[in-house]
Amino acid sequence: MTAELHLLKTDAEAALAATFASAKARLPGGRGVAASREAAFRRFEASGLPSRRVEEWKYTDLRALMRDAKPLADPPDATRGKPSLIDALPGVDAHRVAIVNGTYLPAWSDLAGADLGVTLTDLFAWVGDNLSAWQDLVADESDLATSLNQAFMTGGVVVRIRKGARVAKPIHLAYAFCGEPAAMYPRTIVLVEPDAQATLIETFEGPAGSDYQVNAALTLSIGDGARVERIKIGREGASALHIETITGAIGARADYNELTFTTGSAVTRNQLFLRCTGDGAKVRVAGANLLKDRQHVDSTLVIDHASRGCESREIFKSVLDDESRGVFQGKIVVRPHAQKTDGRMMTQALLLSDRAEADNKPELEIFADDVQCGHGATSGRLDENLLFYLRARGIPAKRAEALLIQAFVGEAIDGVAHEGVREMLTGRVTAWLEARG
Amino acid sequence: MAMLEIKDLQVTVDGREILKGLDLAVNKGEVHAIMGPNGSGKSTLAHVLAGKDQYAVTGGTVTFEGADLLALEPDERAAKGIFLAFQYPLEIPGVTTMNFLREAINAQRKKRDEAELSPPEFIKRVREVAAKLGVDQEMLRRPVNVGFSGGEKKRNEILQMALLEPKLAVLDETDSGLDIDALKVVADGVNRLRSPERAMVVITHYQRLLDHIVPDIVHVLSRGRIVRTGGKELALELEAKGYAAYQDEAA
Repeated sequence: MTAELHLLKTDAEAALAATFASAKARLPGGRGVAASREAAFRRFEASGLPSRRVEEWKYTDLRALMRDAKPLADPPDATRGKPSLIDALPGVDAHRVAIVNGTYLPAWSDLAGADLGVTLTDLFAWVGDNLSAWQDLVADESDLATSLNQAFMTGGVVVRIRKGARVAKPIHLAYAFCGEPAAMYPRTIVLVEPDAQATLIETFEGPAGSDYQVNAALTLSIGDGARVERIKIGREGASALHIETITGAIGARADYNELTFTTGSAVTRNQLFLRCTGDGAKVRVAGANLLKDRQHVDSTLVIDHASRGCESREIFKSVLDDESRGVFQGKIVVRPHAQKTDGRMMTQALLLSDRAEADNKPELEIFADDVQCGHGATSGRLDENLLFYLRARGIPAKRAEALLIQAFVGEAIDGVAHEGVREMLTGRVTAWLEARG
Repeated sequence: MAMLEIKDLQVTVDGREILKGLDLAVNKGEVHAIMGPNGSGKSTLAHVLAGKDQYAVTGGTVTFEGADLLALEPDERAAKGIFLAFQYPLEIPGVTTMNFLREAINAQRKKRDEAELSPPEFIKRVREVAAKLGVDQEMLRRPVNVGFSGGEKKRNEILQMALLEPKLAVLDETDSGLDIDALKVVADGVNRLRSPERAMVVITHYQRLLDHIVPDIVHVLSRGRIVRTGGKELALELEAKGYAAYQDEAA
């Protein structure tokens, strides 16, 4: 059986194996990291790239979508100046943390005047000093994409926000890719200590014509009573393959609010595995996807209520034009002792074309008996009667459509607490609609 | 020439003939009431005037201020001064009433080559008109009609009408779903907009709205045609005798 599987290796799988064999000796990190790389790659190799026969990847057949595996990206030449494509986040004043081609670049980062209480450490330096903490953080990572990230991690950063700190300006993790098509595997760890408050922004971008590959992983640990908002903006180049996996633990009474906003890439898979580990945590997870051409964006999430009295709200909105495809797989798990859980999940797709496709798979797995959980899924076109109402008031057809699309996406974006980010994203929705013509 | 001239209008909906040769002329300054039993074609007439797609005009003409109305898109008709107050105003989640009003007013002004209202000018105008109609400021900040009562929705229609200042307002069953107090508020709003320059077509099943919005001319619509036209006393006669006589006449 094993021999047979090896014979059936795809080009991409063969290339991944060859890359790992040749690169593992020079990949950064000490002996502990090397061991976890090896174990992670073995985990990956045992099953290979997931195809549609693997339930979790049913709608995003990575085996078919990933035709080749690019070589590992070289770190950029920091002496040649910053690449101009680092997202400037117009109207948002943030501390920038530059991660280019999968490498954390302190020289291009800007923590000047940073609020006290934030420290940035190179990933491998941190792991060297905190090996057992690292091993604890990644112990549960069985997901295949995360295994690949762990095997190939090219670099990354550990952001630590100290107990009780109030970080006024957002921390902007700016991931960028430049150069010849290659693969980057950044790994970021964000440790928010109890009662701290911070806003994190992640941006991903790269050149339009390049079929580069990104497999990023973010490990989030949110302490008791902390308040964290995270906004991810996916603006990868139009030919890029993007995977990001977030694994998070949310402490007692903590408040975690996130939005993932995707307009870029050819293929994106956003995976989120969140666990409420302390009582009374509050989680809001939102997504807004604006897709055209043949873009494929998959939002897969598992919200694991592992403590009492936690509340979660998931709201996902996809606007699908041309032949684009939006996938949503959301699962709420309520553990036997997680009584008084309150979980609501809603996913909605707006189809602007006959050829667009929406796949929605909401799931509830409830093992406690005193809970309130629900989910809903809709997909459809713009409401003709609403369009007529707007037009009967003098609003031209295109503008009426734009207003309704903005309102549709707005329900996801309006949950962002940071006003500057909210306005910037609203502006990007407008720009997307204008480009649509 | 009348402001609105409808000649021999024939309309089908899903292949079914609803209007079967309707004639109507409305001059500026006049208030016409169109009464008729359910299914006589009242709402169809209202929607055809506003330009709804699903209604297929198979014959006849409609001219507004001398131009062919049927050739225009719904938004172009609105900019020319036609306003339809909906029987069932729609809810628009995510679009605040204030934003909706600003979009509508400025779109119409733009189409007429007039300057858009500046935000302070716009807000001042909306506040004035809302205050006159007893529309709460809080309502303006909420998404259009979402969670509004029937009365609030109808009042919102009249607010839109007051701000857009149409030349011809078509009120489709504005009284439906209103209790007597709400009806009075809405009727007062409409009456305040009566002017020698503005025409109104009030579509209703019941006479009671016409106690409050007193028409100049009353038409009876039955089976897709105007079968009788008279003064305001015709409405009282209909109230007393019902529509039975007209249904027989049309048959």
